[in-house]
Amino acid sequence: MSFFRIFDTAGSAMSAQSVRLNTTASNLANADSVASTPEGAYRAKEPVFAAIRQGLGRDASTAGVRVTGITESTLPVGSRYEPGNPLANADGYVFTPNVNPVDELVNMISASRSYQNDVEVMNSAKQLMLKTLELGH
Amino acid sequence: MGNPIDLFGIHPQALGLWQRRAEVLSNNLANADTPNFQARDIDFRAALGGADAGSLPLAAPSSGHIANTSASADGLKYRVPMQPSLDGNTVDAETEQAAFAENSVRYQASLTFINAQIRTLRTAITGS
Repeated sequence: MSFFRIFDTAGSAMSAQSVRLNTTASNLANADSVASTPEGAYRAKEPVFAAIRQGLGRDASTAGVRVTGITESTLPVGSRYEPGNPLANADGYVFTPNVNPVDELVNMISASRSYQNDVEVMNSAKQLMLKTLELGH
Repeated sequence: MGNPIDLFGIHPQALGLWQRRAEVLSNNLANADTPNFQARDIDFRAALGGADAGSLPLAAPSSGHIANTSASADGLKYRVPMQPSLDGNTVDAETEQAAFAENSVRYQASLTFINAQIRTLRTAITGS
């Protein structure tokens, strides 16, 4: 019964989008965390999505999506002169994350829209299944 | 209506195809943010045509000839992108949503036809 596969597909997408929301939340939460070295500064994280493939060659069909990993942004981290900060280095600088709050908000909206789409798909599939069960009544 | 297999016309096969299409479309929506994912859809006319007529087989007199099993087993084709994005993804969420909604309605239409046929038969059997 292939309607059950729709639940798997939409479910995988929902979990992938929630990973994306999670990284966004982490990035926004750490937008103001500072560190005493550039290496120690927080870097924006982003999930990498990939389609789950079933079968080979021309007839390969994909069934859902998975998160293959979390990448860290390679943008340069910022620095700020704050000699009073206990984390400041010898020159009085602290290093700030390379999180761009605007990017993160856009990501958040996109992720939540996609999530809603998947919920709708699941609901429709459920309704169709229930109607099929009522066949002949 | 002598043959019980013909009782419901093309609708049982159609139901299977609508179901398969719902699966493909839900997969497109699931991968709306996956880089390099290409949206696909079922060529419904081809797929249902195959289901209906049992499709005319090509003669294959020589062992080297290849049988004409319908192009890609289930008639899956790639969608022509309206607004391809930089990451190679060709899913247009609105198009897919519209197709999914349309597909649901068609599925329900097939269900309704089958239901009506069952009611007709029931009336004929019970006479009331």
